[in-house]
Amino acid sequence: MASLSVNHLLGIKNITRKDIDLIFETADYFKEVINRPIKKVPSLRDITIANVFFENSTRTRLSFELAEKRLSADVVNFSSSSSSVKKGETLLDTINNILAMKVDMIVMRHSSPGAPHFLSKHIKANIINAGDGTHEHPTQALLDTYSIREKYGTVEGKKVAIIGDIMHSRVAISNIYALKKLGAEVMVCGPNTLIPKFIGNLGVKVELDVKKALEWCEIANVLRIQLERQQIKYFPSLREYAIYYGINKALIDKLNKPITIMHPGPINRGVELNSDVADSDAAIILHQVENGVAIRMAVLYLLASEKTPLS
Amino acid sequence: MQKKLLLDNQLFDITIHRLCHQLIENHGNFENVVMIGLQPRGIFLADRIKKSLDEILKMDIPLGFLDITFYRDDFRRRDKPIRANATHMPFIIEDKKVILIDDVLFTGRSVRAAMDAMTAFGRPLLVELLVLIERKYTRQLPIHPTYIGKSVNTMQSQRVEVEWKEQGAKNDHIWLISKTEG
Repeated sequence: MASLSVNHLLGIKNITRKDIDLIFETADYFKEVINRPIKKVPSLRDITIANVFFENSTRTRLSFELAEKRLSADVVNFSSSSSSVKKGETLLDTINNILAMKVDMIVMRHSSPGAPHFLSKHIKANIINAGDGTHEHPTQALLDTYSIREKYGTVEGKKVAIIGDIMHSRVAISNIYALKKLGAEVMVCGPNTLIPKFIGNLGVKVELDVKKALEWCEIANVLRIQLERQQIKYFPSLREYAIYYGINKALIDKLNKPITIMHPGPINRGVELNSDVADSDAAIILHQVENGVAIRMAVLYLLASEKTPLS
Repeated sequence: MQKKLLLDNQLFDITIHRLCHQLIENHGNFENVVMIGLQPRGIFLADRIKKSLDEILKMDIPLGFLDITFYRDDFRRRDKPIRANATHMPFIIEDKKVILIDDVLFTGRSVRAAMDAMTAFGRPLLVELLVLIERKYTRQLPIHPTYIGKSVNTMQSQRVEVEWKEQGAKNDHIWLISKTEG
């Protein structure tokens, strides 16, 4: 007997350790399901889910759509570039119109931090945050920590360094919450200008030297530079960033210890990560992608499991 | 609460032995046969049956465990959702004779879900059902077992509890539990 403590997955901040453990346990079973000859179960056959993406996405949207389809849900997709949002419709109106067509769950990505939280106060459907601006990306953090658990057996006590554009990364924030809740030690590393001033309040170490960060950690989660969110120049050039913060094989070889490299994608090869590392055995990047489907199936299944008799 | 013993340790062993011999009677050398234990409690019975059969026939009969949680027809109808269990199916059942194994047959809904879940691993040649306890007059679906350990008359309000040594019980026992009035 088990259910989540929340009706929406808005962020990792407002779920509990127990919720995360339940999601992981459920994802274990779905991982077995997606490796079967027939990768589909009928659990959500009476549920309709709208994937509402106000921001670009390839991986997350595909992953959600596959997760929904493997649970037998009906799926509709919406992207703002080809919609009436361009004609001046408000967010609430757009969503209410979608819900009027009898949709049960909303998976939403939006460029404004807090957009899914705002929605959750005004509508009845379950909401899953698929990324809200620079705020949170809960399913990514869940699949990242799940991948660590898969490789090491536990997340507790592991040393994880998050390296790159911490300032503009929702993946970083959600990962910090998830890792701390699961008992890992966390360090953030990047150029001073890309480290938020009060990040230490979240209980993480701050390191400006990538070599020291790599020496300290067992797992490095490498992030992309989010140029699209940067209104001003935070560092002189991508070339200089690659020289000081880019991770390559020579750097990894010098460590003389095993290390796991993660990346939420999309990778900018040659900038934050070189191909000789991204394609090496140390990288579990494609495992992360596979686990993403299982984690999202678990989240959808658990959020949908609330009692709703047909009437 | 009243507890009535349906099967004690000795009868338990005899029953499992008899079920094994009935299976051998029907399936001979078990060519093209696979067994599937239903999670969570059918797996103990399935393990015992496999052990006995393997000993008698000196062979290794394929056994898988199937979880039916995602195929249940009461998802979103229960107050509290049911926790899933691991599925371990090391074979494909395409064109195989399948023996489904569960401890207690009650409404028949689990077996319906199991037949649905099973098809994710292929289209079986035929499917049989083996249960340790068949509760009579409680079926909600047209499902009938092929092999029965013991049939009992029960009321809807009663519960059948199977205790396994594998689960930490002192002895293998099957109880019929009734709630007493007042």
